[in-house]
Amino acid sequence: MNFFQKVWLIVWKDLVIELRTKEMLSAMFIFSLLVVIIFNFAFDPGMSYIKDVAPGILWVAITFAGTLGLNRSFINEQENGCLYGLMLAPIDRGAIYLGKFLGNLLFMLLIEIFLFPIFVVFFNLSVLQSLPLLLLIAFLATVGFAAVGTLLAGMAANTKTREILLPILFFPLVVPVIIAAVKSTGRVLNGDPMDQLAGWLQLLAAFDIIFLVVCFLTFEYVIEE
Amino acid sequence: MHESNIRQPIIQVENLIKTFGHLTALRGISFTLNRGDFFVLFGPNGAGKTTLIRILSALLHPTSGRVLIDNCDMSECAEELRQKIGVISHHVYLYNNLTAHENIVFFARLYNVANPEKRADQVIGEVGLIARKNDLVRTFSRGMYQRLSIARAIVHDPQIVLLDEPYTGLDQHAAQMLKNLLVKLHQAQRTIVMITHNLQRGVEIGTRLAIQVKGQIVFNEYQHQVDLAGFEELYFKYVGN
Repeated sequence: MNFFQKVWLIVWKDLVIELRTKEMLSAMFIFSLLVVIIFNFAFDPGMSYIKDVAPGILWVAITFAGTLGLNRSFINEQENGCLYGLMLAPIDRGAIYLGKFLGNLLFMLLIEIFLFPIFVVFFNLSVLQSLPLLLLIAFLATVGFAAVGTLLAGMAANTKTREILLPILFFPLVVPVIIAAVKSTGRVLNGDPMDQLAGWLQLLAAFDIIFLVVCFLTFEYVIEE
Repeated sequence: MHESNIRQPIIQVENLIKTFGHLTALRGISFTLNRGDFFVLFGPNGAGKTTLIRILSALLHPTSGRVLIDNCDMSECAEELRQKIGVISHHVYLYNNLTAHENIVFFARLYNVANPEKRADQVIGEVGLIARKNDLVRTFSRGMYQRLSIARAIVHDPQIVLLDEPYTGLDQHAAQMLKNLLVKLHQAQRTIVMITHNLQRGVEIGTRLAIQVKGQIVFNEYQHQVDLAGFEELYFKYVGN
């Protein structure tokens, strides 16, 4: 099997386990749904300022649900020492990282697909025309989020305080992605011209590329003792 | 296997030192194992035996010294060498929410095994779990976990098998099955390194016996040079009761 087939094998394994247990997806979905519902009661959807606060609400829900999922993503690897099982195999550490990253990315995108229509309905937003742009923002932000999150989840997995350690390490690093996602989503919802959006999209794309490369290269040192 | 290969060195450990902060786990360990050796390592808790196995399996880097496998330095060709090594440890390295068959096929694919489905059936059969192959591993008893872990370790037919207390959790039947499997692997000229606290079992099955105390190998001889009673006496002399 070549490098990419082994990456896919790890993704397949995570998908099979998650579809069987639904532990990660159900926790992420319920949490993000609760956040949207609570904010829906806090802010009246009919108010004029709703387009200014809605992007923040959406990305708070996605960020915290994503962190919940990242914390769980290495639980399967910790049980029975499975991460060591992967490390014993003749497989590049980068392939393990990419496999876990793609799994996390898929699960987060899946949650966003279910959450977004609910969010739009709850906050009475009209997004049909700007949907392609919103999907692009969601994809770029989620790639950056999962890239950094997978590395740090792997690092935190070897510690006893992983539930605390992950957010402490993760949020400061991922803040540029969240800010860019909130700002660009706001611009799209307000119907701002494309030139005001381009800078944020470029920031997201640059962050994705840099962090994917850095995390891919450093994962080996993070998981080895 | 060609007869000329049999006495060739396959594992060369040279002045291995491993420290964890202030703790020194290995203090200059050196030995050479030939192809087909069955090396049994004894020692008290905290002697550094598991650290040695973890370095031999390329899970840990030594602080200094080196390990050569098939004349290739592990620090330079670890990925290639992992293909030649199978590990059975306290950890079973199995996914609870995959079936026994899915687990073994997964690892067979990672190890580039040709026809992984068929090979998985074969090794699951060898460890006596074929009737449970489609059950989720989380439903298994501790002994069954360990048996499937043996199947996982040999699925790629490794040249070297490393075992860290492999009898943990096994009932009499499973222990006999493991013993038979190890004898079979040994007859097939596989090199075996086993850590155990059970002196009788180790002396009975090993061809080379060693004692590790406080990070150093203090005894290392071929089995025919010692008997069980003599070895027990030696062991307690080195370990200090």
